[in-house]
Amino acid sequence: MDIIMCGVGGQGTVLTSRVLGEASIKQGYEVRTSEIIGMAQREGPVVSQVRIGTRLDGPLIPEACADYLLGFELAEAVRNIDKLDARGQALVNTHMVVPPTVYLGISKYPSEQLIDYLKEQTSGLVFINANELAAQAGSNKAVSAVMLGAFTALCPDIAETILLEELLARLPERVQELNTCAFKLGKEFVEGETR
Amino acid sequence: MAKQLLLGNEAIAWGAIAAGVKVATAYPGTPSTEIFSTLATQAKYYGFHAEWCVNEKVALEVAYGSAISGARTLVTMKQVGLNVAADPLLSGTYLGVKGGLVLVVADDPGPHSSQTEQDTRQFASFAKVPVLDPSDPQEAMEMVMEAFNISEKYHLPVILRPTTRVCHVGQDVNLPEIIIRDSEARFEKGGDWVIFPSVSLRKHGELLENLKTMGQEFSNSRFNYQEGQGEYAIACSGVSYHYVKEALQRLNMIDNTEILKISTPYPFPEELAAQFLKKHEHLLVIEEQDPVLEDAMLRLAGKIGLHLQLSGKHDAMVPGTGELNVDLVTRVIANWSGKELESKSITAKPELPIRRPILCAGCPHRASFYAIRKAAGKKSDAVFTGDIGCYTLGMMPPLSAVDTCLCMGAAITQAQGIGRAEPGRQAIAVLGDSTFFHSGITGVINAVYNQYPLTLVILDNSTTAMTGFQPHPGTGQTATGEIVAAIDLQKVLEGCGVTFIKRVDPVNLKEAVAAVKEALAYDGPAVIIMKRACINLPEAKGSAPVVIDMEKCKDCGLCVTEIGCPALVMETGQKPQVLESCAGCGLCIEVCPFEAILGGDN
Repeated sequence: MDIIMCGVGGQGTVLTSRVLGEASIKQGYEVRTSEIIGMAQREGPVVSQVRIGTRLDGPLIPEACADYLLGFELAEAVRNIDKLDARGQALVNTHMVVPPTVYLGISKYPSEQLIDYLKEQTSGLVFINANELAAQAGSNKAVSAVMLGAFTALCPDIAETILLEELLARLPERVQELNTCAFKLGKEFVEGETR
Repeated sequence: MAKQLLLGNEAIAWGAIAAGVKVATAYPGTPSTEIFSTLATQAKYYGFHAEWCVNEKVALEVAYGSAISGARTLVTMKQVGLNVAADPLLSGTYLGVKGGLVLVVADDPGPHSSQTEQDTRQFASFAKVPVLDPSDPQEAMEMVMEAFNISEKYHLPVILRPTTRVCHVGQDVNLPEIIIRDSEARFEKGGDWVIFPSVSLRKHGELLENLKTMGQEFSNSRFNYQEGQGEYAIACSGVSYHYVKEALQRLNMIDNTEILKISTPYPFPEELAAQFLKKHEHLLVIEEQDPVLEDAMLRLAGKIGLHLQLSGKHDAMVPGTGELNVDLVTRVIANWSGKELESKSITAKPELPIRRPILCAGCPHRASFYAIRKAAGKKSDAVFTGDIGCYTLGMMPPLSAVDTCLCMGAAITQAQGIGRAEPGRQAIAVLGDSTFFHSGITGVINAVYNQYPLTLVILDNSTTAMTGFQPHPGTGQTATGEIVAAIDLQKVLEGCGVTFIKRVDPVNLKEAVAAVKEALAYDGPAVIIMKRACINLPEAKGSAPVVIDMEKCKDCGLCVTEIGCPALVMETGQKPQVLESCAGCGLCIEVCPFEAILGGDN
């Protein structure tokens, strides 16, 4: 199973891929993750790749082979959609992080076209406003928890309880309750959308 | 022990701990940094010494001193760091070591976060140092342990060369058992530790003999092997090994291909490679960066008189630049073996926003660059010589305040060269505090000695930010958390003979601009220290976001277009907005001509 996560530096894709990786090892799978750290961190685009299985080779997911795409940001989801298999599932946060180049007039952020493009590209598409759900849970920083919770509703192979446990193990106690809540909100939202 | 998800860099650190490392040194650099960061967190518990050094040359020399005293020693750096450490490496290889000395030098094909795509395997063969090339974190961990054994057996430094896709790849790794061993190091006088022409000649001969024996031994190394069988033959190394295996599966060629995996590119395991070459007339070599295996195989074929059709980088079958990946390798193998690949039709994507890495909201460098530009004046054609760090991003519009960036410390020296070649042209050098300690000081001394009227701005943000906030000599903290006396930049500069030194807070724009103007007018080397902690440090608490008084705001947009802060946005025809990422530094307050922005630090 190949999962591609994309977003903007600081959104929590690295944390999410680690949580998913550890949870998969707990379930007896082999894991490969891959990230680019460094120059790309400063509000640049970030991509994390997670491969889970029983016999793995390389760390990179081939084009059009990902089973899931977790887009933490709308434009970044479009940037990476080619990695998704035609039968794959995309979970895309509708939250937009508009880069300064747009306000400086150097580039554009055509949000409606981006949404339409995603709809054309994949039938397995769920839009989620993860930032809003995170805020509902108590902190707009709990986006990772929302996305992970939402992911469990799409992917039955990784146990929800283990995933939540691994997430909480990485967070300070004072934010555990709200992240648990964010995780549930994400899951319930997708269950409502896909029912 | 249970399997754990470890990054390649973490796995290398644990391998070194299991191998009984006693001294670890490093200078941070992507993608190598987390090897040492992991070691630093474990140093006290496992009883070894770990230190961030001032630069890679110093790190290797400290490590070498420990190694000739008999201690197992690890030194880590990124590939360009080895350029800095080349001097002790080449001499140290002649003299050799007593305790195992392993250099982990991380390469960055792509490059993702580096100046060059240089290949450390080439550097190793130039320096006559054995090099191991891991393909994944598990192997990197096992190889670092083996590297210590090789180093002690042959009394030579050994390089482990992981690449970005080993360093920053996570894998379920079997941690080795760690037994804490007591070992005492002692420097014995009277050994061959003085490099001297006659000693060098003798040692060079011994070194060549050693490498020959080692090359023979490497043919039996468990890290080098032939795998599978069939009419096709592919040799590979590093992470490319995994790309090749996966590509062969995708092309249904895995049962009809023999793979040769070479993990010791230097010295080259000729015997093993010869067995492989003799079986196949058509071969493909897949490796990242330089054609190291390919050259070694061509040389070997010539030596043993084989006529081969060897494809790789020399016939452009494999790209000569950039990083490989499984898709690229699949296309290369298909092309080489004459297989057709299905081509997928792709709908054109809508225009996507350009998202470049930028300075954080509240980053003190933004204020510094703005002040420098203001001081130079709108019509100024001053050259801004920049350096390596987050502040290289000052080149991006709208700041556009970095015209050059070459290597660590070169801002200071390049400015001097530009001024010498074009007398009268203003050149302002800008570099960070950690870079100044790394290799800026000698450039300042050069300016003072040669009477060059240097204008230098040191961006002192109290950390090594780009690589993840490591301490340095100016921070008063060591790698393992000891509090020590901080080295005062001002005193260093005074000691170097600089007579104009000013320290300002860059967010205090008027003062900062005035200081740079004064420095530019000063007859002689002048240094401005722009001091303000990196916004990501705990001591830089930040303030509440600024507030825009919408009645005073005249929609001029200067706050957005002048400084390019990611926390200030403005849709066409609307008023500017402050996002919650605003750290309240208040630079925009100083920029607004209508006093419409309130709050902030000032």
